[in-house]
Order: sequence, then C-alpha cells, then structure tokens
Amino acid sequence: MPAEAEQPLQEKKSSQQATASVGEGTIKEKVQRRSFISWLAVAWVAFAAATGGFFTMILRIFFPNVLFEPPQSFKIGPPDEYEIGLVDIRWQAKFGTWIIRDSEGIYALSTVCTHLGCTPNWLENESKFKCPCHGSGFRRSGINFEGPAPRPLERYRIVMADDGQILIDKSKKFQYEKGQWSDPEAFLVV
Amino acid sequence: MEPFKNFIDVLTQPTLMLTLAMFTFPFFFPMNDWFDKWNRRLRLNLLWTKAGLIAVIIGLTLFFVVGVQDAEFRLIMLKPDNVPIVGLIFLVYFFMWVSMKQASDNDKLLSTGEKPNEYHDPDEKVLVWPDLVYVEFISLILCMCLLLVWSIGLDAPLEEPANPAATPNPSKAPWYFLGLQEMLVYFDPWLAGVVFPTIIIFGLMAIPYLDKNPEGSGYYQFKNRRLAISIYMFGWIILWVLLIIIGTFLRGPNWNFFGPFEYWDIHKLEPLTNINLSEIIYIKLFNTGLPSNILVREIFGFIVVFGYFLVFPPLLAKTVLKRIYLQLGNFGYGVFVFLLLCMLSLPIKMYLRWIFNLKYLIAIPEYFFNI
Repeated sequence: MPAEAEQPLQEKKSSQQATASVGEGTIKEKVQRRSFISWLAVAWVAFAAATGGFFTMILRIFFPNVLFEPPQSFKIGPPDEYEIGLVDIRWQAKFGTWIIRDSEGIYALSTVCTHLGCTPNWLENESKFKCPCHGSGFRRSGINFEGPAPRPLERYRIVMADDGQILIDKSKKFQYEKGQWSDPEAFLVV
Repeated sequence: MEPFKNFIDVLTQPTLMLTLAMFTFPFFFPMNDWFDKWNRRLRLNLLWTKAGLIAVIIGLTLFFVVGVQDAEFRLIMLKPDNVPIVGLIFLVYFFMWVSMKQASDNDKLLSTGEKPNEYHDPDEKVLVWPDLVYVEFISLILCMCLLLVWSIGLDAPLEEPANPAATPNPSKAPWYFLGLQEMLVYFDPWLAGVVFPTIIIFGLMAIPYLDKNPEGSGYYQFKNRRLAISIYMFGWIILWVLLIIIGTFLRGPNWNFFGPFEYWDIHKLEPLTNINLSEIIYIKLFNTGLPSNILVREIFGFIVVFGYFLVFPPLLAKTVLKRIYLQLGNFGYGVFVFLLLCMLSLPIKMYLRWIFNLKYLIAIPEYFFNI
C-alpha cells in the first residue's frame, strides 16, 4: 500500500519541478526581480507626474489671464444723484448693488439673497425686497423679515472719493448679525 | 363655473390641501384595524378596482379639460415645463393602482388561506423570442412616436442667456427638485439642500435592511405590510409628489401661493413677519431683550430639537412602535426611528411656519447654523 501511494506522489513532484523550471526560464529572459522594482518606480513616477500635471492644469483654470468681471470697487457719481427715500436699482445689473438713500445718508446693499443666493426684486409698492426663489423678504434697510432667509442682506463699504463721487468697494462687506453695520464705512453720512 | 373655480382655489390652498391630504391619507392606506374598518366602510378600497381606475382617470381628465378653459390655469398647465407634470399625476395614480390592485387581490386570496396569484406557475408561458421582444419593440416604437410628437409640439423651455443680476420671477427648479425647493422654504439651505437629501438617499438605501419582513417578497400584498407601505407612501405621495404638484401649479411670483385659477398678481401681498423661537420666548413672552450669549439665547431651541430626537424614540418604542422595536433591536430601531422623525420634521416645520410664523427653532446666523 505505501509503495503504491508513494508512486503518484513522486510523479507529481517531478512534474511540478518541470513546469517550475520552464517558468523560471521564460521569466529570466524578460524581467529580473531588481529591474522589476526600478521599472515599477519609473511607472509610478510617470503616473504621478501625469496626474500632477493634469491637476495643475485644472487648478490653472481657476486663475484666468483675463477677468471679464466688473471691478470690485467703482464710483457711482456724486451723492446728489440719489434721491432721499428711494431705492436706486440702476447698478443692480452691472455691479450687483442697490444704493439706498435715507434722511441720514447712503448705504450700498448686496443683491445676493442670504438664503440661497438668488437676486431679489425691489417692490416699490410693498417697500420690500422679495426673492423669487423661496420667498424671502427684506426691508429697505436690508433686514430680513419673511421667508427662510436666516440673516440680513450684506452691505458694502461706501466712502467718498477725492473727486466728490461715491466709491463702493465690494471686497469689504459688513454683516448686521456681527454688528458691523455701525462701522463708519458701512454708511455714508451726507 | 365660477363657484367651482373658487371652490378649487380654496381647496388647493397648500395649508388646507396638505392638511386634508395628511389626515385622509391613513384612510386610503390604513395602517391599523381602525382605519381599515373605515377604509371598508367608506368604500375607499374601490379605488384599487377597475371601476376605481376608470373613475379617477375620467375625473382627473375632466378636471384638466375644464381647467384648460380658464385663462390663468391654461398658462400654467400648457407651459412646456408643466405639461409632463400633468402626465405625472396620471402616471403616479396608474402605477399606484397597478400595484395596489394586485395587492388587494392577493390580500383576498391570503385571507381565505390560499396562495397568492404569483405562487402558481402560469399555465401559458411565453417565449422571449418572439413574444417578449415583440412587445418591447412595439413599446419602443410608441415611445419614439410620443417623444417625436412631444418634441415637435412643445418648444423646449429655453430662456434668455443667464444673467446673475436678474432672476426670473418665480424661479422654479426643474420639476424633480420642486419638492426640495419647497423644503428650502422652511429650512436653512444647508439642511434642506445638503443634509436632508443625503438622509433621504441613505434612508432609501437602508430600507431593505430595516424592513426584513419576508411577507410579500415576490408578490404584492398590503395586509401584512401595511405599516411599511403606509410610511413609504406617506413620504412618497405626500412629501414628494404633492410638493412637486404644489411647486408646479400653486407657486407664483415672489414664491407666493396662488390657486390654479387665480391671477398671478406680482403685487399680491401676504403680510407675514417670521420670527425665531428665541425672539418669541425672550421678546414676546419674557419681555426682555435677546441675551447676548448665543447659547443662552438659543437654549430653548436646543431643548426642543434634542427633546424631539431623544424623547420620541423611547416613547414610541414603548407604545405604537413596540412590535418594530422588538423586531429590529436597538440599532435597527434607532436608525428607523431617526429616519421617521426626520421625515416628519418637514410637515411639523411647515405647520410651525404657518401657525406661529416661526422661522427657525435654533437660529445662529453668526455660524450659519439654523434649524
């Protein structure tokens, strides 16, 4: 019995050796273990370089050579062009700003709804800004009072330029809920 | 015709319509024996018979045929964006009928101790080729015809080039997002726009792991899965389809509500001043100003929100949802009840807004955190 059992085992072994030696021979001719690792390194470096270059180019898109955007700060003429008690929407389309003059002075409101960023409409009869997207309403001052808007409209920096014109600077914002509306640059006393 | 139009305008006021829909819903999809009794007594189960299908389709068609005579409703109904929503109303009912018809048939068989229809192999088997492929081919041709007629008959609703300074009034999302847009009216953008859609998607994915009831696998039936079907249909029909219909037909300029036969008046005035819970408590109730400390100011909102998510799960586990709690165990039940409470928070918040003019329970605009 044991002799019979050994017989096939030996056969198996020898056949395994045969296939292994054939396999080694073919691999030896192509790639060796050391060179495989260095080839792998080359491949990874190439892959990383290609991917890196790709993402660098994508990042580059975010810094265009020319910006077709209106400037962040602009002059809107002398204060007497703005009537007391009126909401002036003439700069809404170009600069995204409403200019409002009351008995004390002038302030510049952002036209971006604080809920989800639509542009509200000024309704003269109702004396409020009303957003067409989710129904947020803002008073003339920019304070939110209806709909889902969580905070008042933002105000932009407003100062007098040297040439007697009003200068609006959109890069500086004043938020009511942070108590910034009392800042002297958030309001132009005329 | 005028009294009918006025009646519809009153009936479709979203406050009234949603209330009616929510309170009549359990009679259509009875989740316990009491509602089931009334479902039979009011003959509402006839809705899922062939006569019911014909009656509802004729009723809906009549409504739209009458409605299209009205100048205001015609403008809304025949707008190329909205025509598919009219079709959607028919289709939603039709497919609901297809499954509920089979479910009620199987319920009858099961109650007499028989096996459901699908249990028996059909005697007449058909071949994939040519029988199935033939039907598919015909469907394909019909769909192509429909699309051709649709694309020739209705112009694509294209508008002027986008201008960030001019938002159309009203500004409506694509129809499949109108439910979300309606949700955005009542919640902070990051909740309604980010957190809730994520919860909805993961909640839908969780359903097969929460609903392990083997009853009805492979065939439709209602009786042994009535809680599961009711909860799902409530979220789908009331909180999704109905909100799409409200957004399509009932939202007008300045995102105000308008009846279907009402003139879209841009100057329609709905005086409402929304206030936060902190303002209701500190200014109206205590008559003191708002405290300057944010946490003190919003403490009541935190109590309400945390209370809602901490008190209700154990309370429900001991009462109405006792069976589900025992089936699912602590973790499964926790997930299930969290999803359920999130879903119910939408109608709750809507009613808080409509009744108390409540804007946010917790309002911390300083850190963009509003609930």
